[in-house]
Amino acid sequence: MIKKFLAVLLVFAVFGCGQKKSDSGAEPEVSRKRDIPNAVYGDAVVVSMLGDATGLIYNITSDSASHDVAGKIYNGLVRYDKNMNIVGDLADSWEIVDDGKGIIFHLNQDVRWHDGKPFTADDVEFTYKFMIDDKTPTSYDADFRLVSKFEVIDKYTVKVSYNEPFAPALISWGMPVLPKHLLQGQDVKKSPLLRRPVGTGPYKFLEWKAGDSITLVANDDYFLGRPYLDRYTFRVIPDTATTFLELLNGSIDIMGLSPLQWSKQTDSNPRFTSQYNKHTYLASSYDYVGYNQKKPMFQDKRVRQALSYATPKQDIINGLQFGLGVEATGPYKPGTIWYNPNVKKYEYNIETAKKLLAQAGYKDTNGDGIVEKDGKPLKFELITNQGNSVRTSICEVLQKSWEKIGVKVDIRVLEWATFINEYINKQKFDAVVLGWNILNDPDLYDVWYSGNCGGQKLNFICYQNKDLDALLIEGRKEFDPQKRKEYYFKVQEILAEDQPYTFLMVPNALVAVSKRFNEVRPAPAGIGYNEEDWWVEKDKQKYSFQK
Amino acid sequence: MLRYIAARLAGMVPLLFGITLICFFVIHLAPGDPAQFLASMNPKFSETAYQKFEKMYGLDKPLPEQYLIWLKRVVVLDFGESFSQDGKTVTAKILERMPVTIYLNVMGMLLIFLIALPLGVWSAYKQNSMFDKSVTVFVFIGFAVPTFWLALLCMYYFGVIKGWLPISGLTSYNFDQLSVSGKIWDVAWHSFLPVLLSVFGGLAGLSRFARNSMLEVLGEDYITSARARGLSERRVVFKHALKNAILPVVTILGLSIPGLIGGSVIFESIFGIAGMGQLFYQAVMMRDYPVVMGILVMGAVLTLIGNLIADICYGLVDPRIRYGKK
Repeated sequence: MIKKFLAVLLVFAVFGCGQKKSDSGAEPEVSRKRDIPNAVYGDAVVVSMLGDATGLIYNITSDSASHDVAGKIYNGLVRYDKNMNIVGDLADSWEIVDDGKGIIFHLNQDVRWHDGKPFTADDVEFTYKFMIDDKTPTSYDADFRLVSKFEVIDKYTVKVSYNEPFAPALISWGMPVLPKHLLQGQDVKKSPLLRRPVGTGPYKFLEWKAGDSITLVANDDYFLGRPYLDRYTFRVIPDTATTFLELLNGSIDIMGLSPLQWSKQTDSNPRFTSQYNKHTYLASSYDYVGYNQKKPMFQDKRVRQALSYATPKQDIINGLQFGLGVEATGPYKPGTIWYNPNVKKYEYNIETAKKLLAQAGYKDTNGDGIVEKDGKPLKFELITNQGNSVRTSICEVLQKSWEKIGVKVDIRVLEWATFINEYINKQKFDAVVLGWNILNDPDLYDVWYSGNCGGQKLNFICYQNKDLDALLIEGRKEFDPQKRKEYYFKVQEILAEDQPYTFLMVPNALVAVSKRFNEVRPAPAGIGYNEEDWWVEKDKQKYSFQK
Repeated sequence: MLRYIAARLAGMVPLLFGITLICFFVIHLAPGDPAQFLASMNPKFSETAYQKFEKMYGLDKPLPEQYLIWLKRVVVLDFGESFSQDGKTVTAKILERMPVTIYLNVMGMLLIFLIALPLGVWSAYKQNSMFDKSVTVFVFIGFAVPTFWLALLCMYYFGVIKGWLPISGLTSYNFDQLSVSGKIWDVAWHSFLPVLLSVFGGLAGLSRFARNSMLEVLGEDYITSARARGLSERRVVFKHALKNAILPVVTILGLSIPGLIGGSVIFESIFGIAGMGQLFYQAVMMRDYPVVMGILVMGAVLTLIGNLIADICYGLVDPRIRYGKK
């Protein structure tokens, strides 16, 4: 009985969803610039997110849920393609002029906002002014404040100038462009666009049920061609176990899996294998142990090297990630052009580690199993943030394995706000287990430049190296990737030699995607870069919507 | 009686003031502030962002001054705007979440009372019988089993394997297209499991309470004398015993009123329900002070009112208690 009812309800779900027709008269013609062979329109994709979005103006929010949704609604001037090269988005092309101090963007002349108004250079100028306005609650103003002059040359051409060449400048224009005609002179914090955004992107906003779901609908007028899928729905499911059950139930189409789910709970479950394909590729992040350079014991690089030699990276990957990851040797992702494969590696070797500690003057003189120098035992506290079980386990592995070379470690796991405020920002820690996202631009200035130590700055371990500083500054001025690469290869050599961090691992991204989508092709950029091209055969379509 | 109520209400004002004062300073004692979440640990964030946000939220002012600003607004029932970027007022945010939580809690509590009271009373009447013992075991299992674990098992069995019940959320995708009766059925269908599990977990407290209080009353001399007078067993139990036994239960009812607006974080997270529990939890984690304070004040007001209602109900149920007369 209940099953029968369910079937009836499903029929409802499939055929019952009507789409409100806009009253504005003639619908814009569907833009059919996409030319995937045999592809048909229709169906929808449903994804889950752990928390609700806070607002849908990309530029002033900083949580990933908001960015995931808003990313489908807006475009920047440039973007990354599937191989992580910078390509035009709202800009058709650009020129680097004035020895790298200026960029001229030629804008696409055939773009309209979701409300039908044309997109022009004025919108770009507005966005620039919006970003540097002190009243704008954005965290992303730094790159835009470096602009010395912004000129609108004509309706579809803009020029930005900088005081000196700044390589990350180009991709900083990947920041979404906002509609001037809807935001000018408004208090953005009260703007209706936070709840009902208007962009230029592949999907238009349809509906937001607070705490429950956000639904977007394909933009027929998208300048790069209408996406094949009719709708894009984000469902808020705060619990990952529940998300996995919804996945098994077929209610969501994409999910990032945990290593445990990936290796133990999917292949053996026909409910999963019949509905989903698994995709894996290197994630854009790495985990590390950072040593506070202000603590005397970590100022000797031999101590840091010894700790790196005594770190069983492969065991950590095998034991905690089920082998789904690779050893990290520096701050870049293996396989990208910035990654230098020929740096000093620290194969797990207890003897070498012990030798280095002895050279640094540490010996166990009183027989308690802990090495001392000048009567002071080598003993410190390793901290990490709460809520990440992998990091907590890493701490435990390190505690055990460093004990073997006579180093005593205490572990402390802290709630995020306390962790950042009381420990990291005040530099009241010895060593920390943490992770960084690997950005596509190789610039490492924020994290490694010696001047970025103290306060809320990101070089919180206070690593200082004059040679490295010089390389980081030069690297920011070079636009040619091949030449730029040289600087960052040297940077990696220095970091590998000095070991201010013990670089632990780059984990794999583990994604389940419904089998009914075609054109799902993992690339260096991940899996979602071409979602507009995804399509489903008519007979496999799960959701349909009346026009 | 009215005078008593008025006096009690007047007495609540300083109490409420004290509660807000303590809440305000305690929440600010927690390390971190909202600006930090918008401006830390991300290389893309600018260095000046932190100061900018601090100023925008008025966090650069001394704490007592911040409290006064907050208090001035609250007096006219304005809880201010949330610090999160959605630009909503605290009141809007709470009103958005409140109906769901109240619905689930009222349903849960109603069922708990309907089931637990008879269970408790009957257990007491049949003390040490097989029925009494199995009820004890049953309610304590409900009390002891971790709800999140049981919830996941139920969701897997009834949702994924059997396909009888939805797994999470409170409405279907096509909720807006359903007829009114369809909507009611849809919500009932979705809330079946959450309500069932919260009832299962909540039976123990009330049924034990009812049982104990009933046992105590059944042992009193006047029950023996009532029986001696030859009154029917039904009259003895329901009229003479139950009326007195119900008194402590009224206290629990009054005290559970503030619980009606407090959702369980774990429960709401697992079932994907956008209720008060999640709102509060996320507000605390993000140090969204206006939302945290708004919910705390409401909880405090409801606790005080709940106490008052319990006291008034005593007067109604227990003839020995009369307010306002000396």
